[in-house]
Amino acid sequence: MSDEPRLDVAGAAAPPRRNGELVFAAPWESRLFGMTLALHRAGLFAWDEFRERLIAEITAWERAHPTRDEWSYYARWLAALESLLVAKGLCAPAQIDACVTALAARPPGHDH
Amino acid sequence: MADHAHDDDTPEALRTEALETLLREKGVVDAATIDAVIRVYEEDVGPLNGAKVVARAWIDPAYRARLLADGTRAIAELGFAGPQGEHMVVVENTPTVHNVVVCTLCSCYPWPVLGLPPSWYKDPAYRSRVVRAPRALLAEMGLALDETVDIRVWDSSAEVRYLVLPERPTGTEHLGEGELAALVTRDTMIGVAKVKASS
Repeated sequence: MSDEPRLDVAGAAAPPRRNGELVFAAPWESRLFGMTLALHRAGLFAWDEFRERLIAEITAWERAHPTRDEWSYYARWLAALESLLVAKGLCAPAQIDACVTALAARPPGHDH
Repeated sequence: MADHAHDDDTPEALRTEALETLLREKGVVDAATIDAVIRVYEEDVGPLNGAKVVARAWIDPAYRARLLADGTRAIAELGFAGPQGEHMVVVENTPTVHNVVVCTLCSCYPWPVLGLPPSWYKDPAYRSRVVRAPRALLAEMGLALDETVDIRVWDSSAEVRYLVLPERPTGTEHLGEGELAALVTRDTMIGVAKVKASS
């Protein structure tokens, strides 16, 4: 991804973005998306390496959930990124689990 | 914003935060870069870009020809390029042919011209049904097509991303390029809706 998406800051003739919509359902989805693109841009993996894992995660989930309850696209994305980072040696599963535990143990209001 | 809210402590939110924390500690990514990426896709890249491509094609036959011959290059003429838009193919709707786009395997989508995909595009139901029963699915989505219309389903891939060039509605002959672009919605460029003469 050498090309930065060029911004469109069109002038007076620009129609309003009335066909836009909320892109992310929760803040973690946008962090996850932004992190994935930033890591790719930093050259840590080829996009197809990620895409192949995303496809594998989606396929496995659909096989395991024939009724497709509680589908979450970004949960599959998260699983794909995590497996890629582990495969690349950037994170170890135990390290991730420990970090999750530490974050979950924070007192309420930790973020304000 | 490094101090982004942690209000959402679902397992996915915590795990995402954990990954970001670890990667930032390693110095392979920083919060400002992530913020910048998010801002681009939330605020700047979206279906408006595709709408401008469509409007230009409607008013400029030479551009339309270039667009159908080499989508990537013609779209780049208007300044739209970037990740997930490197290999664009534009397919044209006519009174007898209707095109609709899907990614059956995951969620491939032409980001530079449409932004990020809507949730239904990523849904297993859309991804499987649009291939098996496109006419019925489109009807459910509000687009009833005559039986005589040939429906073509385009499955996006790592190699190719598709953009539908919808039909220009009648009664828009007097409109300028910007006014035309305002009529073109995201759904019409995926192929699950038709452009209406008034927004």
